[in-house]
Amino acid sequence: MNSFLNKNRPPVFCPGCTHERITKGLDKTLVDMGLDADKIVIVSDIGCSGLFDTFFNVHALHGVHGRALTYAAGVKLADPSLTVIVTMGDGGLGIGGAHVLAACRKNLDLTLIILNNFNFGMTGGQYSATTPSDAIVGSEFLNQAEMPLDICRIAKSAGATYVSKCSGHDPQLADELARAIRHKGFSIVETLGMCTGRYTKRNNLTPKVIEGMIHPEDPDTTIEGGLVEENQRPEYGELYRKLAKEKTRFPEALTIEKSFDIPSPKRQEVVILGSAGMRIVTAGDIVCYAGISAGLNVSIKNDYNITVLRGQSVSEILLSPEPIGYTGIESPTVVMALSEEGVQRRQKIFKTLSPDTFVLKEKSVAIPETGAQVFEVDFKEFSIRKQDWALASLGVLAKKQILFSKEMLDFALKSRFSEKVYTLAMETIEKMY
Amino acid sequence: MALSFMEGNEAVARGAMAAGCNFFAGYPITPATTIFNNMLQMLPPTGGICIQGEDEIASMGYCIGAAMTGKKVLTATSGPGISLYSEQISFAIGSEIPLVIADVQRLGPSTGSATRGADSDIQFLRWGSTSGVPVIVLSPKDALDCYVLTIQAFNYAEEFRCPVFIASNKEIGMTKESFDLSSVTLPALVERTLYTGDNFIPFAADPDKAPPFLPIGGKTLVRQTSSTHGPDGFITIDPNVIAANQQRLRTKLHAARERISLYEQTLVPDTDTLVISYGITSRAVEDAAKALAQKGHPVSTLSLKTLYPVPEKVILEAAANFKRVVVIEMNLGQYINEVRRVLCGKQVDFYGQMDGVLIPPAKIMEVLENE
Repeated sequence: MNSFLNKNRPPVFCPGCTHERITKGLDKTLVDMGLDADKIVIVSDIGCSGLFDTFFNVHALHGVHGRALTYAAGVKLADPSLTVIVTMGDGGLGIGGAHVLAACRKNLDLTLIILNNFNFGMTGGQYSATTPSDAIVGSEFLNQAEMPLDICRIAKSAGATYVSKCSGHDPQLADELARAIRHKGFSIVETLGMCTGRYTKRNNLTPKVIEGMIHPEDPDTTIEGGLVEENQRPEYGELYRKLAKEKTRFPEALTIEKSFDIPSPKRQEVVILGSAGMRIVTAGDIVCYAGISAGLNVSIKNDYNITVLRGQSVSEILLSPEPIGYTGIESPTVVMALSEEGVQRRQKIFKTLSPDTFVLKEKSVAIPETGAQVFEVDFKEFSIRKQDWALASLGVLAKKQILFSKEMLDFALKSRFSEKVYTLAMETIEKMY
Repeated sequence: MALSFMEGNEAVARGAMAAGCNFFAGYPITPATTIFNNMLQMLPPTGGICIQGEDEIASMGYCIGAAMTGKKVLTATSGPGISLYSEQISFAIGSEIPLVIADVQRLGPSTGSATRGADSDIQFLRWGSTSGVPVIVLSPKDALDCYVLTIQAFNYAEEFRCPVFIASNKEIGMTKESFDLSSVTLPALVERTLYTGDNFIPFAADPDKAPPFLPIGGKTLVRQTSSTHGPDGFITIDPNVIAANQQRLRTKLHAARERISLYEQTLVPDTDTLVISYGITSRAVEDAAKALAQKGHPVSTLSLKTLYPVPEKVILEAAANFKRVVVIEMNLGQYINEVRRVLCGKQVDFYGQMDGVLIPPAKIMEVLENE
């Protein structure tokens, strides 16, 4: 292959635009590297840099402004055999800053060519994230109040493993792009160039001036940067695949066998009122396991704070021989009042409880007035720690043949826990007998 | 008999695995996070890829890139994430990129309530992209639906090369329930049609179909673009070419509307009221209908699982013989507008509720009993 350029679609840049030189430079790079067209993907976004994908006979993905790196990452992760090159202007750099930082941190094997021409060429020469404060641009005075960013410095501090800056007119551009593409990891080449249609009409920017911007202290150095020694580390995709490969156990879906017949089962609505740390959700789960073991349909909803170590923890459980429609609690048959916070959260229900409702109340917990039958337990007297009160309550229910039998509870605990935890749980349950 | 026991979010993830999903990218957000957690448990052991993007926009970008290499892709979020996804969703719609997007809805607007449910996003899912190109939105009512409709969503995404939304709800996603997976016949898997000729034109297609697919990275060069394009995947300003493509994007879904209309209905003879609902609310509607039947005032019900494209024929036929139609929604009126449009001229009453709690059957009975 002596050129990847699409003869039917020659570059359409303004005369003198640096982008055209970079197009040819990138073509030379790809030819010199001996890559196959079907193994190259050019990913671009919006702006003049977004025209790049149309000039090359390679795979192309052109997307939304600033997001090119996100598509490129998806492509590269899905097919690591591809050489993925992203072109982005200073506009895309500003919009997609978060993606540039993430790419630096991840170190996925992509090459980002930033075509920095210091302004938004397509929309009228407005200022971008890289426009000097003293430039005259199409945004009146706005750029004077901001400071341009230096993406190379940012990229290094964000963990990029290859960062360089060069003029788009540099005769070594093709070689520099090849070095960046060969680098295994995320590489950024920032090219500085002239937007002849907009920027250079009002600003003195020539190839000579650009050269002076690359390395002001050393005019003989035309390419600044390269490998960033302190950031060298494994490439993201390889590391990801290595770590993922260690995950060999597929978590099969839980199923629970019907193992018990209970005579004339009826719908049960169970509310457990507790606090964070009392294993309320686990207790709710166990009630469900026991219900399913008797062939009942079950549902459970939990209500707890986003700050998970504080506040109420409430479980609402339905057990029903019929399919469950509405999953809210309408008339509870069992309420376990195990903490003030939990009771506070559902205090309105107590007034509505029927005389048939069984309320299990821990001695230390106050509850509002209720017409339900209240059974008080002093778990402290049984030397049961607060985090086991919900579990112990299940023991009380089993002993009283409410909701489930001891055998069903035993089955549920065995299904839910490891052998060791099951043994400890049963010790707590036995204390209630 | 053995019952499964899982929350709706896990069911979405397991449905996705059953559909052959092999790529997930997402960003944590309540109440959708556990879909991500489950995919992270299930994809690595099966050779799939599961990634956390730096934000929602990136996550969708990863999905788009991977989908274009041929992966079957899932992402999951809630309302605020859909807002961020939307520019990428427009890309996927206009450029025919197959994706499945689970929206576990919470109460909005904006950041809203992280742990309170509502069907907040129904119109947003339909119209949250530029250009108004139709999308497919499926609405599960329980965990089993989450499983089955996710498989269906992958099938539709593959066939029509478009994003397919699963409009779940916190009240389904984070509610754990039992179900009998053996009670349903799962849909046979559909894969995107691959181009087999020797002159691949990336967007050349029949006027009512999605174009045959070839992956980026394959032997044949592929062009994908977010810009208005002709069949060749290059920008075009030719009005005829633009018009034909815009029309095709609509027609490919609308022509299949009846085939992809999923619903459940119970039409009771000699009833004068039809209650139309979807999602979690349809369960309370069914409970209310049972209770009303016991009271000697039976009603008929239609519960929609395909919300978009609007199953117009299903709604028209179901409603034909009813004096009164009532739409119940867990919002203050979104899908009602579609039903009123379809049943133009008919009396369509509405009850909606948006307060972070489920609409109880008793409330629905009250609405139905008070004409």
